Amino acid sequence: MSETGKQRGAAIDLSAVSKAYGSFRALDDISLHIEAGEFMTLLGPSGSGKTTTLNVIAGFTEVSAGSLQVGGRSVVGMPAHKRNIGVVFQHYALFPHMTVGRNVAYPLSLRGVAKTEREARVKRALDMVRMADFAHRYPSELSGGQQQRVALARAIVFDPPLLLMDEPLGALDKKLREWLQLEIKRIHRELGTTFVYVTHDQEEALVLSDRIAVFNRGKIEQVGTGRDLYDAPETLFVGRFIGDSTVLRGQSRGDGSSTALDIAGETVTAPLKHAGRGQPVMLLRPEKLAIRRPGLGRNDGDNRLSGTISEAIYLGSGSKYEIRLRDGSTAIVRSPLTDESFTIGEAVELCFRGEDAKLVADDSAADTTLT
Amino acid sequence: MSASATPSQRDASPPSRRSWGALALALPALVLLVVVIGYPLATIVLRSFAEPQWGLQNYGWFFSTPINLIVLQRTFAISAWVTVVCVICAYPFAYAMTAVGPKLGLLLTLCVLIPFWVSGVVRTLSWVILLQDSGVINSMLRSVGLDGVRLIRTQTGVVIGMAQVLLPFMVLPLYSVMKGIDLRLVQAARSLGAGPIRAFFTVYLPLSLPGIYAGAIIVFILALGFYITPALLGGPRSTMLSTLVQNQVLSLLQWGRGGAMGVVLLVATFVLLALAGPLMRQKHKQGTR
Repeated sequence: MSETGKQRGAAIDLSAVSKAYGSFRALDDISLHIEAGEFMTLLGPSGSGKTTTLNVIAGFTEVSAGSLQVGGRSVVGMPAHKRNIGVVFQHYALFPHMTVGRNVAYPLSLRGVAKTEREARVKRALDMVRMADFAHRYPSELSGGQQQRVALARAIVFDPPLLLMDEPLGALDKKLREWLQLEIKRIHRELGTTFVYVTHDQEEALVLSDRIAVFNRGKIEQVGTGRDLYDAPETLFVGRFIGDSTVLRGQSRGDGSSTALDIAGETVTAPLKHAGRGQPVMLLRPEKLAIRRPGLGRNDGDNRLSGTISEAIYLGSGSKYEIRLRDGSTAIVRSPLTDESFTIGEAVELCFRGEDAKLVADDSAADTTLT
Repeated sequence: MSASATPSQRDASPPSRRSWGALALALPALVLLVVVIGYPLATIVLRSFAEPQWGLQNYGWFFSTPINLIVLQRTFAISAWVTVVCVICAYPFAYAMTAVGPKLGLLLTLCVLIPFWVSGVVRTLSWVILLQDSGVINSMLRSVGLDGVRLIRTQTGVVIGMAQVLLPFMVLPLYSVMKGIDLRLVQAARSLGAGPIRAFFTVYLPLSLPGIYAGAIIVFILALGFYITPALLGGPRSTMLSTLVQNQVLSLLQWGRGGAMGVVLLVATFVLLALAGPLMRQKHKQGTR
């Protein structure tokens, strides 16, 4: 099924797309290619343009500039009902005056599908989301998770080559959300349809996606697999939005093959050249950092910074520490359970290997938009 | 209305109050309704059987006099027409009230409410000025070279005048239902392949039906008992039942016959409501979250 399914998905090409509301640029020159059959997540904080992008693809919002192709065909100016794209909304949007069965049959009735085939396809779609027993209920008689599964069935029953999902799990509790994430992943695998998924939850994005496009202030910061974004963030914003990061700022010195930062009297170096514009900052993932008691086991070549433990959190599988550095910034460290433990207020040294650091351009706006 | 409450609001229904305490709040209005409406009503029913002698003679008279039956039928027909005209005029108007911005919305609301502040007699007399043979409408028609039309003392004139008076009773329930309709449902319908017209007829219209039903029942029932407008705008061939009742009671002092007419109208109305009831309940159930 997945082999034939793969061909059913449509590729999407957004090229230099902009959307302005008055002087506000909701989308600022966005270009994005989505492969046929791919699971692409648009990730970003609220107001970053991810939902606007989805609405542009769905046809709810017209672009101010740029081109948009779905399945190789330009859809600019085409009304939403002619695009043949499935949409799942955060608010479910089930028709309250129709039963579950009639809700799911709705797009088929519009397309003039004959009754017997319609019933078979409704049943198949409801089977796929495990809601076949609820066909005669009204949406008001279902829980949120059940309603969203019906909405999903309704959006896939007419075999659209592209399915758009706008924070579909946003209104559900954590347990249900995690279960439905796996369900959505399974359905994507079975259908082979291209999925475009909007969320502000980076964990959800990592669980679901083939690739993730990170949005910030109407622009795309970076597109890549979850691993790309975690291991090699290209901007400070991406580094901070995906996973935990420690950001080291300081007076920078570069000598062509390495970059050094002076941080409140201490120096750290990374064997990297800063290529971007502006001041470089170092990004470090929590598991790349280690904590030591001062004066113990000095290992030359390691970078070290002194600080004090400001927070110690026991996670079961390990511990998470926050360390206040001399310049007042905070470092986040995750250490395995076997390591010795530290207490709040203890003076420690923070160690890391220079090649584990990522250099990105400083961008003060990346901090403010995160809140 | 409830039709579009978001799922998160579903569980927010208040805890049920003790019913006797709630009943106490209804007491003043209840007294008014029972005493002021109930007592005269009971008297009318009683007198329709008791005057001039005990028996069914008033009802026998009513159903054996052709003019009464013609007028009864006409009363229902005119009321039905008024209801239809009100739905047609009020529906787009109420929709516009939900679609325009808050300032324009307030202006439209005022347009609905202003007629309430003007006496019905004044409004009906203004219709006389507009509709009469040498009135504004006919002068305009003639000035563009068309033949005049007869509006005053016709059924058409009565329907126009009554619809104008009753329009707010259709607009307001429609508006209150429409402003609760989640327009995102229409957007969802569009994404599923419905053009604007299909989306309207399959999603928006069904969700607005409770408003149409509520408004139609209010307008229809009020129209059945209309007196001033048909009396001033109508002619002998557009007499409605209330005029006949007035004639019997005030001119001929036949309280029994007048009472019987009132009872017939009341029973007919109840029968109609009973027929419409199941339809409305069904729609309500579906629309309730």
